[in-house]
This record gives sequence, C-alpha cells and structure tokens, in this order.
Amino acid sequence: MLFTSYEFWGFIACLFLLYYLIPRKYQWVMLLAASYIFYFLAHPTYLIYISVTTMTTFYAAMRIGQLLNVQKAHLELNKETFSKEEKQGYKSSVRKKQRKWFIACLLINFGILAFLKYTNFTIANINSLLSVLGTGERLTFMNVILPMGISFYTFQAMGYLIDVYQGKIKPEKSIFRFALFVSFFPQLVQGPISRFNDLSATLYEEHRFDFKEVSYGFQRILWGLFKKLVIADRILVAVNTIIKEPDEYNGVFVFVGMMFYAIQLYADFTGGIDITIGIAEVLGIRIKENFNAPFLAKNITDYWRRWHITMGTWFRDYLFYPLSVSGPILNLSRWSRRRLGDGLGRKIPVYLTTLIVWFATGLWHGSSWNFIAWGLTNGIVIIISQAFEPLYARFHNKFPVKGKPLYSAFEVIRTVLLMSAIRMFDCYRDVPLTFRMFGSMFTTGNFSALFDREVMKLGLSGADYIVLAAATVILIASGIRRKEGSMRDRLEKIPARRRYLMIYLLGVIILLFGAYGVGYDATQFIYNQF
Amino acid sequence: MNELISILNGLHPDVDFAEAEGLVDNGVLDSFDIISLVAEIDSEFDVRIPAEEILPENFNSAKALYELITRLGDN
Repeated sequence: MLFTSYEFWGFIACLFLLYYLIPRKYQWVMLLAASYIFYFLAHPTYLIYISVTTMTTFYAAMRIGQLLNVQKAHLELNKETFSKEEKQGYKSSVRKKQRKWFIACLLINFGILAFLKYTNFTIANINSLLSVLGTGERLTFMNVILPMGISFYTFQAMGYLIDVYQGKIKPEKSIFRFALFVSFFPQLVQGPISRFNDLSATLYEEHRFDFKEVSYGFQRILWGLFKKLVIADRILVAVNTIIKEPDEYNGVFVFVGMMFYAIQLYADFTGGIDITIGIAEVLGIRIKENFNAPFLAKNITDYWRRWHITMGTWFRDYLFYPLSVSGPILNLSRWSRRRLGDGLGRKIPVYLTTLIVWFATGLWHGSSWNFIAWGLTNGIVIIISQAFEPLYARFHNKFPVKGKPLYSAFEVIRTVLLMSAIRMFDCYRDVPLTFRMFGSMFTTGNFSALFDREVMKLGLSGADYIVLAAATVILIASGIRRKEGSMRDRLEKIPARRRYLMIYLLGVIILLFGAYGVGYDATQFIYNQF
Repeated sequence: MNELISILNGLHPDVDFAEAEGLVDNGVLDSFDIISLVAEIDSEFDVRIPAEEILPENFNSAKALYELITRLGDN
C-alpha cells in the first residue's frame, strides 16, 4: 500500500474511526494490529523478518536488564563485605555476560540486514573480480526479498538494544508493546528512526480525541501530499528524462537535472515524513522531527544537522562515538600524536572515524558503489571543511562579513550546490558515469539549449512547469518563513472561515495538480528503497 | 582542572573555558572536538570516557567535564 494510494487512505480512515471508538486502554493494541496488517498486506513474508528482530531484541534486552538487576541486588547484599577490587571484578563478570547477549543480538539482526541487502552486491563484486582474473566461473545471484523498511526498523530496534546495554533506558516488559515500537506502521516506510525514550510514552498512552491535534495532523498530511504529488512526482519525469539518456542530456542538462533532483528528493522525503508525522498526530502520537530547513544550512556539517536528523544522530551516537572511544582508535590517537605532533596527530583518528562512519552511512542507503561513493564524498568534504577551519577563521578575522545578508546568502547557495552535486551519485547508473556527467557541466558548452523551449520540455508540458514553479516558490517561502513559527500555528490565528477555505484549497490543488493519470505514476517514496 | 582547561584551550584558544557554560548546547564544542577531547583525556588523565557518557550535560562546561573525569577515575 503506497502512502499515496486510495487503499491506504481507506485503511487510515477505518483505523481513525475505530481508534477513537474503542476503549482507550486498547488503542495501542489496535495500532499494533494495524501495523501488522499493513506489513502483511505489503508482503506476508515480511512479517517473519520483523518478528525475528522484535523477539531477539526484546529477549536480549530483557536478559541484559535482568543481569543488571541481579548485579544491583548482589552488590547491595554484599556492600559491607566486598572490597573495591571484588566489586570491580563482580561488575566486570556481569558485564561480560551482558556483552554476550548484546553482541549475539547485534550479529543476528545486522546479519539479517546484511544478508538480505548486500548478498547480491557482494556476488556482483566477486563476479567482476573473477572476470578481471579471466576465470570463466561466475556465482549465481540469490533470489532474496528485501523487506520494506528493514533498514529503518533494524536501526530503531538496535538503537533500543544499545540504549539498554548502556544503561540509558530500562527494557520494556511487554513484548507486544515492544513489537509496536518496532513496527509502528507510519514509520515503517521511510522512518524517522525513533528512540525508545522519545516514542514509547506517546505510543502507549491513552489518547482522547483532540480536535486541534487532529486538525493539525490533517493539515500536515495535506502538506506532505502536496510536496509528494504536486512537486516530487511531477519533476520526477524531467529528472528521469535527463538521467536515462546521459549521452543526449549532458552539459547544461546535467546541471538542470542536478537541481531538479535536489527539489524532487527534498519534496519526496520531507513530504513523506510530513505524512508520517501527520498520521501520528491524527492518532495523538508525537514523533520527533526529521528535518530543520536543510537547504538553509550554511555548510555541510550544518546541513547534516538539519537533514534526516534521526539517521544522523543514530550514526553519531551508536557508531561515531563508540568507535571514537574504542581501544584501537585511542591507540591510533596516541601513536599519531607521538609521530606527527599535536596538530595533525590529533586529527588523523577523527578523520579516519569520520570516513568509516560515512562509508557505513553510504552502505546503509543502498547496496551499490554509487551510495558508497556518495557517503565517502560527504565524509571527505566534511574533513576538508574541518581542515580549512583555521583558514576560514583568519579570513573572517580579516574580512568581517559573517552574518551579513549577502554573505549568508552566499553560504546557503554554496551549500545547496554542493549537496546537490554530491547527490548526483543517486542518479546515474555507476560512479564513473557520475564523474563524467559532472565534468560535462564544465566542458560541454550547450548553454543555448536552456533557451530552446522544445528541448527543455524534458517530458513535461508548459503547464507542468508553471505548476512546478508556483509550487516550488510556495515550498521555499514556507521554508524561509519557518523562523516566524510553524505554518499551522500561523494559520490557527486567522479567522476559521478563511483557514478552512485555505485548507480546502490545498486539498483541491492536490487533487487537481497532483501527478496522476496518463504519463504519471504515483511512485513509491525514494527513501523507501533504503 | 588547569590541565583540562589547557587541553580545551588547545581546541578553541579564544574561549574562556573557566567560565563558559553550554559548550555543547551553544555549538562551541562539536562532535569532532568531543572525540579529540576524549582521546586527550585518555592520554593525559588515563581515564577512558565510555560512549554512553558522551552526553551534552557532561561536556557543557569545563566543570562538568572535570566532574566526569573525577567520577570515572574513582571507579
């Protein structure tokens, strides 16, 4: 069921009615049932994988929690008799047992993810290697189904496990409640990746029908549908025209495709998250925001603090920090400072960790060299901008332009262009072609094509361009005006009749200008494939 | 404490770490700074800060960080 399909909205309408009619203490049970039905309808075998993740994580976390409780009781009982060394020894023996459960659970779940997502990618690479070596043997590809949202729910479940292991949260006692945390259906499609601490309370508590909250949720859903159907699914036609014929559409077309894809991805992903958060709000559930006006970021680090926030913080807290404080990295830090001095020596381990994390981030997005190259390019650009920081500081000391409107605009445009260029790895079929097309922007002097109305149609009509231009202006204006507060809060302040008229108009715009019908196909969300 | 302040000043010479608060909340220390700090604390104080202690409240001021080092050192 696509978020943009009529079946899905029929499903939501039924759930909504039942949710507020049944006794409130059963609301979370209904959400669990709805989530499993949603997943079953997507593909019955998906249920096997999500159930394995749910059960193994629940059990391992429970065992880790029990061991901690036993430790506390034992230490309390022997607090008068245990020496400091005995206490330490006992604690470390308990930690070892906890670690066994922890590692086993991580291996099972990341193992399932790796097997389903990367087996065929690995086979393809081995076959390429065999071909280079000149042997005639080839491995056969495996027929595996990648369950919808597996990268998202595996990360969410493993985040919970790590939090329990680190003592940040207590394990959930009910497997059914935990199953809801892992499978909450609006999040299954493309995140956000929620933390147990943030989501659990709001997910399990009883929710009264609150007109304002439901109305806010409904508005958010409409806004998400507007982004997805009016912008993303329309501009997709032009993006596909450009990237599928790289020999024909080079030079200036690559630049147009790059900018169009940036708009498409933004509208698609943020629109999808708007729908997710909106559905949750309609049900009285609050999910953490995943974006904070990313295209107003002033540099790449700032961008990654604003784009897909829950994924970025997951990698930071559960990979970047643990890796940075691990024995090998600390040893490398000592070694490099001794050999290379404090300046460079201090930076080497940080850079290495950054590259490892961005390699993993790329791999998480998809099993192809394009995504790995995309991840590593992000890491390299972040490292370069870190390395040049003293230079920037000197520049800003000499020329106090920071904070001036013109310089701020320059920073924003620079970041938009940089991030859009890096995103080209998503578009073209392989890494060498991406580099070739990137180069062609500077070497092919076909700028005159920009003024050829026939050539620039790219599969869209003049009316499509008018709709796209108007919708993109609305999108940018809403992003800029975020500083003045949420759009819905501002809408709430205007008279009810005008407010409802505007919401009605937004609905009409989606129905009239949404990309349906001949030549269009309401597509799955881009992030769903990750 | 002085040793810690001098490590912090090595990262940002222009900040008065003896007085400054909200170092993480206000973006003075980013994740790069934090892991550089963890490595230096490991070698200077022989105290290993585990990942679960990398929380804004432990790095928001030199005082909070010093308390963390003392607590971990005692354990």
